[in-house]
Amino acid sequence: MTDLPRPHAHVHLGVFFQGVNHSTIWSDPASGSQTDVESFRQIVQTAERGLFDAFFLGEGLRLREQNGLLHDLDVVGRPDAITQLAALAAITTHIGLVATQNVTYNDPADLARRLASLDLLSGGRAAWNIVTTDNAWTGENFRRGGWLDHSLRYVRAAEFVRAAQAIWDGSPGELVRFSGQTLEIAVTPTVPRSPQGHPVLFQAGDSPDGRDFAASHAEVIFSAHGTDYDDALAFADDVRARTVAAGRPEDDLKILPGTQFVLAATDEEAREKARWVKEQQVTPATALSLLGQVWGEDLSGYDPDGPVPRHDPVIKEIGQTRGTVRHGPDPRAIAQAWRARAESENLSIRQLVIAQERQRGFVGSSATVAEELIRWVRTGASDGFNITPWIVPGGLDDVVDTLVPELQERGAYRTEYTGSTLRDHLGLRDPLTRRTPSSVGATV
Amino acid sequence: MVLHLALEVDGAGAHPGAALATSIPADRLLSADHLRRTVAAAENAGVTLVTFDDSLVGPARVDALTRAAFVAPLTSRIGLVPLAHPAVIEPFHLASQVAALDHAATGRAGWLVGSGPVPGARAALDRPVADGQDLLDETGDVVRVVRDLWDSWEDDAVIRDTATGRYIDRDRLHYVDFTSGGTGPFAGPDLRDAPDGARAPFTVKGPLIVPRGPQGQPVVVARAGTVPADLVDIALVDTPQASGAPLTFLDLHVTLDTARATAADRLAALEDLAPSGDVLRWTGSPDGLVELLLSLRGAVDGVRLLPALLEEDLPELVRWVLPTLRVARVTPTPRPGATLRDTLGLPRPTNRHATLQETS
Repeated sequence: MTDLPRPHAHVHLGVFFQGVNHSTIWSDPASGSQTDVESFRQIVQTAERGLFDAFFLGEGLRLREQNGLLHDLDVVGRPDAITQLAALAAITTHIGLVATQNVTYNDPADLARRLASLDLLSGGRAAWNIVTTDNAWTGENFRRGGWLDHSLRYVRAAEFVRAAQAIWDGSPGELVRFSGQTLEIAVTPTVPRSPQGHPVLFQAGDSPDGRDFAASHAEVIFSAHGTDYDDALAFADDVRARTVAAGRPEDDLKILPGTQFVLAATDEEAREKARWVKEQQVTPATALSLLGQVWGEDLSGYDPDGPVPRHDPVIKEIGQTRGTVRHGPDPRAIAQAWRARAESENLSIRQLVIAQERQRGFVGSSATVAEELIRWVRTGASDGFNITPWIVPGGLDDVVDTLVPELQERGAYRTEYTGSTLRDHLGLRDPLTRRTPSSVGATV
Repeated sequence: MVLHLALEVDGAGAHPGAALATSIPADRLLSADHLRRTVAAAENAGVTLVTFDDSLVGPARVDALTRAAFVAPLTSRIGLVPLAHPAVIEPFHLASQVAALDHAATGRAGWLVGSGPVPGARAALDRPVADGQDLLDETGDVVRVVRDLWDSWEDDAVIRDTATGRYIDRDRLHYVDFTSGGTGPFAGPDLRDAPDGARAPFTVKGPLIVPRGPQGQPVVVARAGTVPADLVDIALVDTPQASGAPLTFLDLHVTLDTARATAADRLAALEDLAPSGDVLRWTGSPDGLVELLLSLRGAVDGVRLLPALLEEDLPELVRWVLPTLRVARVTPTPRPGATLRDTLGLPRPTNRHATLQETS
């Protein structure tokens, strides 16, 4: 293994408490409340017992709709991220706390202050997953409405981040000014810096603009490339090239793909379990809903165990599902491909949707998955993984109880926290705006 | 007759000279450990609720809502009431944050509605911030929409019906479709040149992203006269008087005798550092404060104590004032698992939409 690019690299793990989408199985008897503080306590403390780097909360500022109605098949409703993480900061000691927060419908003076507050009270464990949007539909909940032009999305994001950094770099009592195309502010910061200097910056954009934004501003990229190795490596190489082009060391931006683990005693059992998980995720009603998204219409009246619709999809300018990321190229071509598969393999609607759902993430015995994770990390396909458990709150137990020990035995996972801040755990340098020539060279 | 005690716990103390007088280093004063100890002392002493003062800009301070959330899992009986200013924070975010606090604190959350002008907010937020009568009107609008959002989920909206595959009953969630008063364009870059104090209108669609919390409606606390009385649970008054709200608490600034100095000398020293405004104040012995509090029973439902210098006045309150009131059964002892509403004797509000359904 000496010819590996990173022969001693450790696997970093985070947990993504998703809150929406059909990956969370709520129908299982083991599925607890998605809202009670006790569920959050259990999952974050399990992750910390497993020496994870971070606990990660998503955010959506408007409840999802399909065909003009609130989407009712998936988990709906979740706490405000920073508020929830502040509570969890009090009952944990090491794990990082990542809040997804939107730059279009927040004010830098307020959001920078809240993030700094979480960072200070947690002893330097806060992070911000930066989300951009120009979605006017979400804007209907906010003072500014849909004010941001699509072309200014990343301009706004960059200006917001630089404004936040300026506020964090300021001192209480000192007036900080920042002006750009989308904002012009003068703020007296009130919160001193935490032991890690600034909250760690995460970003999840995947478009070329999104990757460039991450390469310029982010410290961790939460990618969607967590299933196929070649795809992940190509993404990582691309992001590293962009990071270097942005004038930063290539290891300055850590890559944590979102993924899921299906573990069992043997590889065969794990494959069986993965099939079961997918069946649980794609309920009959969800199968009709997902097919309806492809067809662009309400298909809830169809029989999920019957054949797929014979007619072509309705073509519309804007997709019917709002508040999710489901963009396809040509709906008619997709529908025809789906129908062709259903006919050739003799599949019902639900069987087809299950078959079309790509197997996400890693499936196998803990030893098999551990080997694969180590290969990814030591050959530079990622720095670690951000896991979405399909059962809340118990879905992390087998990862911590069986996978983590396999990684530790192979010398690829920490056996104790060696630092106290999230920046320490991830091996990050000082915040981009706080570097000195000597601190740039120092990395773990 | 019961008298509730609330306690303001922000910073070094409520006296403007406290920040200069304190012996606690600035980083310690803002630390998680200091926060934890201060709130624990209040809870152990049987205080009904603590308030956390706040400001977007200005003196060194950690965001109040974040502080309240941090102590939520470390406490079990005390109410947690952070200040948030309606003209500063986005109404939708504010409703989500206080609702999330209510979940995190298992039903012990409140919201102290900020009032008065916010120096520096316009420049910090890049939009006009309402002032004067406009601010009062906007405050009413914000409290109204926040309350609408707290009712936008009925209590039983999560049904987890495996037979139909539905996680929620969407008929038990409600759009609020709120439109505020105000004039001119909505907040945005266009408003950059608008005059100071202008009241920009806003709309909120809903529903909230957070399911209805343990209390249904977290406890809304506001200075009397700054929010329409029908939207307030506890009104804070400066002199013992009726407020029209379900509960009325008197704000009382407190400077107590200590082993080292008399209250009068201590207050004089603080006034030398920074003169305070005209407030209702007790300056004297702990026993005298107990007498005063006993005499206020019946006149008000509670008293919010604002210690001049927390590090000196809080220990005196905890040792010599609160135990006497507990022994005399003047202050209520919250039951384990009680919500703040339970402790205050306020009913859990029925969701307005559930009421409509039952009566139609």
